[in-house]
Amino acid sequence: MFKGKKIIIFGERDEIQGASIENCLKAAGVKEENIISSITECFV
Amino acid sequence: MSLEYQNAVKDLAFKYGPENLVVMLGFLDMDLIEIQAITMTDGDPSGVGSLSGVALRLKVYHILEPEIKSQIPQDVYQEQIGLMAITAGPEKIAKISELLQQLRTTR
Amino acid sequence: MKPVIKNYAYTMYHVPNLVRYGSKPMREIEKNPELYPKIHELLRSYFEAVSYPPNQVFIGNIKPDDLRAIPRPWFKNPAGAFRSGKFGEIFSEDEFLGLLKIADVHDYELIWLEKTFTAHVKNVLNENPILQETDLQKIGEGKSIQEIKEKLEKGENFSLPLLYENILVGCFNRSKDVHAQEDEALSPHHLMEGLVAKASGALALKHLIRREGIGPEEIDFILSCSEEAIGDRYNRGGGSLAKAMGEMCGCQNATGSDIKSFCVGPVYAIVFAASLVKAGVVKNVAVVGGGCLAKLGMKFQGHLASGMPIIEDTLASFAFLIAGDDKKSPIIRLDAIGKNNIKNAAKPESVTRAVVLEPLQKLGKKITDIDKYAVQLENPEITEPSKTGDVPRKNYDTIAALAVMNGEITPADMPAFREKHGMPGFSPTQGHVPAAVPYVGHAVEAMENGEIKNAMFVARGSFFLGRMTQLEDGMSFIIEKNPKRKEVKNV
Repeated sequence: MFKGKKIIIFGERDEIQGASIENCLKAAGVKEENIISSITECFV
Repeated sequence: MSLEYQNAVKDLAFKYGPENLVVMLGFLDMDLIEIQAITMTDGDPSGVGSLSGVALRLKVYHILEPEIKSQIPQDVYQEQIGLMAITAGPEKIAKISELLQQLRTTR
Repeated sequence: MKPVIKNYAYTMYHVPNLVRYGSKPMREIEKNPELYPKIHELLRSYFEAVSYPPNQVFIGNIKPDDLRAIPRPWFKNPAGAFRSGKFGEIFSEDEFLGLLKIADVHDYELIWLEKTFTAHVKNVLNENPILQETDLQKIGEGKSIQEIKEKLEKGENFSLPLLYENILVGCFNRSKDVHAQEDEALSPHHLMEGLVAKASGALALKHLIRREGIGPEEIDFILSCSEEAIGDRYNRGGGSLAKAMGEMCGCQNATGSDIKSFCVGPVYAIVFAASLVKAGVVKNVAVVGGGCLAKLGMKFQGHLASGMPIIEDTLASFAFLIAGDDKKSPIIRLDAIGKNNIKNAAKPESVTRAVVLEPLQKLGKKITDIDKYAVQLENPEITEPSKTGDVPRKNYDTIAALAVMNGEITPADMPAFREKHGMPGFSPTQGHVPAAVPYVGHAVEAMENGEIKNAMFVARGSFFLGRMTQLEDGMSFIIEKNPKRKEVKNV
């Protein structure tokens, strides 16, 4: 999945968090070093 | 999209090359998804941030899109995203998919 | 001894001229000084803030569910302008500056108010039954405008201007003792954040004591769950706002300490208070949360962009009295506390399961068995213009989705679930203040009126903000109508 690409993740605390997306991508074979930024915002 | 994040995305695009980057969103708010996706595709529509007039044309995806879901082992997807997929509901998921697909293919 | 929520109080403070000292406005105004006149133009009058429907809900004059019937935007549809509510009151800015002076410890002289303004403030506060003669004496005689201007000339590292209706009426100083002179943790701005929390929390505590009809000396223990960290450079955040507030209220027989857990703080504090009571350590515990100066104007850019008033111009605070079973007040179910364990970090989705579903399973109950859920109750009118959505609605959607997963309702029932078991957000975005507990007073009333028999309070916090961990947190407790309540009525 996303071969050769670097991935930026934008999550939200009260919705889908960055960590959840990371876990999914890793399970789909994305290498950890290709996730270059994972941001989970707290909007309040 | 906040000015700080615009700076961060711009820096990453400069470092890796925009064609090598993919963005994955986890917000459920339609307006927020749209603004964020447009900012990283066409540039900041408000004309305030560092991405104003900078069309990075990044490929923006959402974790709820069927084409993403299909690539993730279903047990993991269910455990990590299942509840939020119900929260969003099929109609919103379809809307998100349509919006982002259009941005990815027409730009 | 079963712990109960014996009483509650809520206070607000309309402080438009302090918005400039909120973290976000302060940073943006420093970058672009022309911004301030634009912000100033959109600040509200006291009358507008008092008649703002969500504020009337906060002090108990309107039920949360009735807010749905008032059309949005709420700032264009004022409710009755009652400064006093069933749960507390809304103070104006001149009054609040006087309250800050009362909270100021004489030896530190953190705040100077101008003489004529001081006389005015004394006059206004003199009419308020919540204050004692000894409180009013602490306001003193005031300083000349010349003295204030000279102090301000030393620069903002030593003194910050205080305004009322955009006119200079005082200044906020670095503490005058020697050790404070070079301490970054004791800068005028940090001290202002601390004193704002102390004064606003203490007034909620005073209201709590008055509502309960007890003497302040009957409080045994105080837990402050205010977000502000007080302390000097060796222990930033080490201090005790709890005892500072108790001292201000004359709680001579109390001790106490501060509980900190970002937005979950109030829920931890109530659980700790209930546990202390149940264990018999103390009898009457006050849980107090003071207001957050830092959060004023936090979302002002969204408000500015849409030309609406700067709604984050109001501080808010609360106080609860947790005591042993009085055979009428709602019981806190300590056997079913919802906690989010550290292992859940790997599965962020588990937070809602852990804090909502698991405690219910312990009691053999379903999600739909809880009449009302109080979640993060941020007012959506504050957050929506900055594209950050309706926070309580997001939380209700997640609980509804959990009920779907649990086979209790179908996806089609989700909107109705939200309507029945939820409520619109009505709390100012004051950090820990919106953390479910603004509903405590309304829940107790609804139980007394037979409208509900139980409620769950669910708060969520972002521990990653401290940069020590990436964990986020959640915690919940359930309150139930006291089963002995009827018997008392019959006696």
